[in-house]
Amino acid sequence: MPNGFSGGDTAFVLISAALVMLMTPGLAFFYGGMVRVKSTLNMLIMNFTALAVITVLWVLYGYSLAFGPDAFGGVIGDLSLFGMRHIGMNELSGSIPVFAFASFQLMFAVITPALISGAIADRTKYIAWVLFITLWGTIVYFPVAHWVFDTSDGWLAAKVGALDFAGGTAVHLNAGVAGLALCLVLGKRVGFKKDPMRPHSLPLVMLGSGLLWFGWFGFNAGSALAANGLAGLAFVNTQIATAAAMIGWLAFEKWRHGKFTTLGAASGAVAGLVGITPACAYLSPLGSILLGLVVGALCAWAVSLKYRFGFDDSLDVVGVHAVGGAAGALLIGLLSTGHGGSPAKGLFYGGGFGQLGKQAIGVLAVGVYSFVIAWLLGKLIDKTIGFRVSEEVEVAGIDQAEHAETAYDFSAVGASLVNAARALSSEGPSEGAEGTSKKVDA
Amino acid sequence: MRLITAVVKPYRLDDVKAALQAYGVHGLTVTEASGYGRQRGHTEVYRGAEYTVDLVPKARIEVLVEDEDAEEVIDVVVKAARTGKIGDGKVWSVPVDSVVRVRTGERGPDAL
Repeated sequence: MPNGFSGGDTAFVLISAALVMLMTPGLAFFYGGMVRVKSTLNMLIMNFTALAVITVLWVLYGYSLAFGPDAFGGVIGDLSLFGMRHIGMNELSGSIPVFAFASFQLMFAVITPALISGAIADRTKYIAWVLFITLWGTIVYFPVAHWVFDTSDGWLAAKVGALDFAGGTAVHLNAGVAGLALCLVLGKRVGFKKDPMRPHSLPLVMLGSGLLWFGWFGFNAGSALAANGLAGLAFVNTQIATAAAMIGWLAFEKWRHGKFTTLGAASGAVAGLVGITPACAYLSPLGSILLGLVVGALCAWAVSLKYRFGFDDSLDVVGVHAVGGAAGALLIGLLSTGHGGSPAKGLFYGGGFGQLGKQAIGVLAVGVYSFVIAWLLGKLIDKTIGFRVSEEVEVAGIDQAEHAETAYDFSAVGASLVNAARALSSEGPSEGAEGTSKKVDA
Repeated sequence: MRLITAVVKPYRLDDVKAALQAYGVHGLTVTEASGYGRQRGHTEVYRGAEYTVDLVPKARIEVLVEDEDAEEVIDVVVKAARTGKIGDGKVWSVPVDSVVRVRTGERGPDAL
């Protein structure tokens, strides 16, 4: 291997990439448990689809647009690495192979559009979703990753000096405001505010949030791109802020609604993970506790905004990811110690308002750009192929209509009796079996 | 003959069953049911959004008895099911024209 290569760093980043990959299925179950029974599979497949579609786009041109040589003023990379050509197996990015770095960043590109799906759960036409993530990934995520993560060329990272260690603006705020734009385009679910739309499986939600939490160590610590002290700081801060945010959310909930809920615990953890993502390399562990408590309570309050303003963000992507991501990014401007991944000090550490201003520019730039483009793309798709399923399909169940499947077999009483009768009978299917399950052999 | 139907709190089911057995009722049918009475249902909170759940889980017990036993059986059920709190349920009886035991073809009181 060439000079500067580190086996330890490479092993760490590859494992981190695998951890981040697991977050997308984790997210699928986090969201999947929160929707109603009839849209569980649609939710799962929308997330899993991001793994397929974005991976191919990433290889074709996504990596090149995000991390290729700058093409235009820090706004976007060029296409010279199309198809990941011209990247040698032993070519390094820092101390790790370019392919390891590209794989790690791929997982970020996958989960970001997947996050959006929660805002439009229960009513989205699958093919419209596939088209949307193809376009949004290309026009929004790849350039924004270039702005934020390309520290040598990206305009936010290199010119403005906005800090975002693992993607508070590029991933969470970006996805959160796109979710807001889309749920405005699609409109409210049938029965919003009237029918109960309770989560169908809180155990799935807990499982999903647990997988997210686990994978998030790869997301945040892995963003150090080396197995070093910075990764250690990011790791410990991730754990601390998440724990504090869970406490913050639960405390808010108890004060406001009288009960500690499981969904609140899971949501608080995710809010904490979101909030610490941009900040994990810049804060002290004590600062992370403060960030977690603030973000946890803030997001618990923010999820009620949809009822106040009347937009139907099905699974609170705006309240958790847009608000949590923006809060985490802005809190860097207050809590950055200057001893972690950047010498920039926040307001509370004597750094004045300078860094806070830079953070605000990052939040505004990414938020506005993502919102506008997502809204335009949403409208475009809605006017052409339609973004939303028909009301009839929505009420009857999107899984059956869009995917010809259902998540759980609740109609088993009659069917199992028929199948049992067939199994016992040596004379072939019984008469009563007609119209139930034609493919079962006697 | 009369059909006595009782809709009671699920956790009282075992007591009702035991009381009916002690009284001498030979068989009964139990179904999971849901519904509400004057007290309506309960409230659940998800991320701060409150949902009123109208239909609360109930156990529905059905017993066939001879006419002269009906009032006493109703008393037995009521006594066993009562907690004194709202949502204890209802018991009612209706006349039954005919009953047949499927295995033997016996009819009427013999089939009970």
